[in-house]
Amino acid sequence: MSRLNPVNKKARKVEQMIDAARGDVEALQKKSKASPGRIYYPMGCTLNFTPGWEVDNSGGTAGLCQPVERDLFDCYLGCGWPAQVPDHLNNAPDWTDKCSSAVNDWRKVDVVFP
Amino acid sequence: MSAVVEALPSILYRPGEAHAFRAADADFLYLVPSGAIFRMEGLAREMIEQVRQRPMTRGDIVEFFSLRGHDIAEIEAMLDELDQAEVLTSNFSRRPPPVVPLQSFPLQRVVLNVTNQCNLACTYCYEYSADRIAQQDGKPKYMSADVAESAVEMLIQESAGREGLHITFFGGETLLNFSVMRSTVEYAKRRGAESGKRIEFSVTTNATLLTEEIVDFLSEHRIGVTVSIDGDQELNDRMRVFHDGRGSYSVIAPKIRNLLHRHRTNSIGARVTLTSQVNDVKRIYRHLTTELGFDSVGFSPATASPDRLYHIGTRKMDNILDSFTELAWEYRDYAVAGRQHGFTNVSDTLKELHSGVSKAYPCGAGVGLLGVGTAGDISLCHRFADAPVGKMGHVKNGGVDHEARREFLSTHHIGARFDCHTCWARPVCSGGCFHEGYIHYGRTSAANLHYCDWIRGWNDVCLHILGEISVRNPSFLERFEN
Repeated sequence: MSRLNPVNKKARKVEQMIDAARGDVEALQKKSKASPGRIYYPMGCTLNFTPGWEVDNSGGTAGLCQPVERDLFDCYLGCGWPAQVPDHLNNAPDWTDKCSSAVNDWRKVDVVFP
Repeated sequence: MSAVVEALPSILYRPGEAHAFRAADADFLYLVPSGAIFRMEGLAREMIEQVRQRPMTRGDIVEFFSLRGHDIAEIEAMLDELDQAEVLTSNFSRRPPPVVPLQSFPLQRVVLNVTNQCNLACTYCYEYSADRIAQQDGKPKYMSADVAESAVEMLIQESAGREGLHITFFGGETLLNFSVMRSTVEYAKRRGAESGKRIEFSVTTNATLLTEEIVDFLSEHRIGVTVSIDGDQELNDRMRVFHDGRGSYSVIAPKIRNLLHRHRTNSIGARVTLTSQVNDVKRIYRHLTTELGFDSVGFSPATASPDRLYHIGTRKMDNILDSFTELAWEYRDYAVAGRQHGFTNVSDTLKELHSGVSKAYPCGAGVGLLGVGTAGDISLCHRFADAPVGKMGHVKNGGVDHEARREFLSTHHIGARFDCHTCWARPVCSGGCFHEGYIHYGRTSAANLHYCDWIRGWNDVCLHILGEISVRNPSFLERFEN
């Protein structure tokens, strides 16, 4: 691809700035299959600026826009990015042992103390 | 940002602020205000050419170039790059406002006017001529060692985290007070070692008082020397005379030869002041390099009111630009051949253009540099020593007047110099010398409008040289990296 040809030191800095602005956080560089060329964000990821997981006033989750079960395992198992759940890989491998179905058993997922 | 751009195909592109030039059969752009220089080729060059003819929408540009066989993704990527580098601008380009004034400006250099006396009476001298602004009544003729030491303490204290500091000894004729210069160098070296600072020194002199003892001292302490001299005997003696009218050349020539022979530990440069009577740049350069042996020679027009006889009028300044340019081409030929050339007006400008300076202020005065008069009064720079303007405190009574300094810097920022706002040379020039502005227009904040064409002409010449070197001998530019 053709590019500008920097001649002086300042032009090289400008190029570096442009390259830096083009890049993105490495941890989320997985490309989306649904829309090629776009970055894939897990649904409910905090980088999407959603308010976090919710329950309704009776403790139910099924009808909410961002229920915990939608992506509990996506965060816990699939994402290496620092999330608002413990990580499966190093610190809390048995965190969801009592939770075979997030929809029914999410209350059994306990607090973790690092 | 690309999402915004895609959503708005009617976004309109125009050329960004820049100075275009051609060198070595290539096209270059000097961008303003960033100071970045790009060589323009291929798609980038074609795009800027099209947009220069008329503002174009993003959709128009993509269509125009895709019809000529370019890949759309390539066109869009190039367009984004040109936008981000500010080669093109649009109503959606982001331009962060500058921060005014600087919040922190540690001191790097002080210029000590160790005396206001001189054994010469050069007609054009800004310290003694009809244009002088210094008010020396009641001020001592010579700076005391005590005042000089307080100035050293001020430098160390105000330098914050800077390690490399610099003291310039200046006058009058500096060497009339050599004893204080010597004791100050020794004091500063000791204090520098104690406070973890690396202090270097330089001196400006008319060379009349150089002795072997002084030269050995300069060499031992690696003191850089600038010698004021205006060329061969005939030219030098037109302006640089003793009080009785005798020329100074025959006195200084042997002393300069001795200085250049014995002092090898730091640079020794000649500084030429051009006037209406003395302006044969090539002749002066030849004499000072080949006859006297200087490695580097710098030229500067005398600061003078327009009604002084020695003031250089516009026409003569144009002639000087022509002779500067002629000597500059010689510099270019040397550079392409990988050789050193001593015309420092070129090398100084190339250094600034290569690093891509974008100055908020024309020089370090008041920012990293302050002057100190014989009584210890702090001034904007040595040219304002003991002047009624540009006062910045006293080395003993309270030190630097930070409030005055802050006030000066906010009223003299390039953002406040409205005359300069559409000039492409402002990243390098930034409005010109405060002293020149004060002498010419009565205000330190006045842009040096009488030099505008000259400055643009000179920077254009130096950009050509830089462009040509970048194509024909790019490794030469490595010397300007640091």
